[in-house]
Amino acid sequence: MPEITYVSPSGERRTVEAEAGTTLMTAALNNLVAGIVGECGGQMSCATCHVYVDQEWADRLAPITDDEQDMLEVTAAEPTKYSRLSCQLTCSAESDGIVVHLPEVQ
Amino acid sequence: MSETTVIVGAGQAGGETAVALRMAGYEGHIVLIGDESLPPYSRPPLSKAYLAGKAEAEDLLLRNAEWYANQRIAIRTGTLVTAVEPADHRVLLDDGDELSYDHLVLATGGEPRRITGPGIDRARNVHTVRGLDDAARLRSALTTGVRLVVIGAGYIGLEIAATARQSGAIVTVIEAAPRVLARVTSPPVSEFFQRVHREAGVTILLGTTVEGFGTDNAGDITAVHVAGQPSLPADLVLIGIGITPRTRLAEDAGLKVSDGIVVDEHMRTSAPDIYAVGDVARHPCPQHGGLRRVESVPNASEQARCVAATITGAPLPYRALPWFWSNQYDVKLQSVGLAAGHDHLVVRGNPFAGSQLTLLYLRGQTIIAADVIGNAADFAAAKRLIAAGTPTERRLLADPAVPLKSFAQRPR
Repeated sequence: MPEITYVSPSGERRTVEAEAGTTLMTAALNNLVAGIVGECGGQMSCATCHVYVDQEWADRLAPITDDEQDMLEVTAAEPTKYSRLSCQLTCSAESDGIVVHLPEVQ
Repeated sequence: MSETTVIVGAGQAGGETAVALRMAGYEGHIVLIGDESLPPYSRPPLSKAYLAGKAEAEDLLLRNAEWYANQRIAIRTGTLVTAVEPADHRVLLDDGDELSYDHLVLATGGEPRRITGPGIDRARNVHTVRGLDDAARLRSALTTGVRLVVIGAGYIGLEIAATARQSGAIVTVIEAAPRVLARVTSPPVSEFFQRVHREAGVTILLGTTVEGFGTDNAGDITAVHVAGQPSLPADLVLIGIGITPRTRLAEDAGLKVSDGIVVDEHMRTSAPDIYAVGDVARHPCPQHGGLRRVESVPNASEQARCVAATITGAPLPYRALPWFWSNQYDVKLQSVGLAAGHDHLVVRGNPFAGSQLTLLYLRGQTIIAADVIGNAADFAAAKRLIAAGTPTERRLLADPAVPLKSFAQRPR
């Protein structure tokens, strides 16, 4: 199963395994990773699953849709060019080993 | 000694309470009791993706069975709690079992209001949609060309009308009020959705009341009689006139009930160690004072976190701003805040054309609520403006050339 590593703002790393096809948001919720809220359940309505994708991974992911871009402009923590909504990132063989950094606030 | 929390109701609120307790580090036993056959699942798709056949039951599960086992959360599905005995800290189950609790969370939700009377009581082609079983039954009946009459133009009625129309049904919506969504939004949003549904080929009859039903020999409805118009032939009838909170257990146990189980800002009911969350909880409104009941997924999740905080001894009062969404066809409506008490409405966009519309409800110079159609950026900006409560120039808000997000800068 693909692995995902979530890094807390204080630098604490948490690696979880997730079934291919699940989103990084769902994987975080299923593993009780603190720092991902996912209030709307992946409806792109809340921007509370904001993550910063590790630089190394930024270019290897599905492109950002217009809807996601709109939501990224209004995240609680300042967005950067590495910002994504984790509900829009899917676990797969290609994303095995991905590292994402969690913001201070959602 | 390890303590036990019993959660009655395995919907969004009950399921999320179990999750939130573990998130909060709760070490005690957790027993989650639900009268449906599945562990907690997402209800919003029942009127949309599931009804359309684009999602199946397993896709709706909030978490799989293994997850609950790993988290040491015992789930008893297909089980009804028949009584709560606050003095003994005990609940009785319909299978004859009884459970002692240290904390009891009532997350019993609501049940659809029904219409009773001659012609409808025995009809088998009358539907309401609250649970998966309801949606499955309606789904199997929705075939191309079937004539569906929807009674009530609230969110559920309109979402189902949209899905049924897209499945090829011939759909008529009957609403007693002069506009759709009359109880929950303002006229421009109603106008928008009336247009969208009519463009999709749905017949909407406003200011129209049901006077009775025509039935066949088997007792099934064949026509809906309405005031002042020809009867509407019907193969299926869907009733979407709201829910009634399921308070019977609480009432029988002597808890304070008033259109919902009355709780304080920490989700505590009038009885010690008993809490209520979700659709069934009538809670203090942090924005406007008084008591309110909110029927929405975000509210259920937020109250789940709140009650978990109370139970684990780190209480956090419920302060959340209500928000809500509805999808119909490819139109996405998002609402935030409570519009009650607004004295000014700013309309950005045109309800009679286009695919976007933003409504801002103001009291004085402060935005207190927003309805946003097809504009995620406006919605997020509105959410932030409402939460911040910052006074905003009305004239500028009304200028469509000024993006809403320019008013909602992040605090630095």
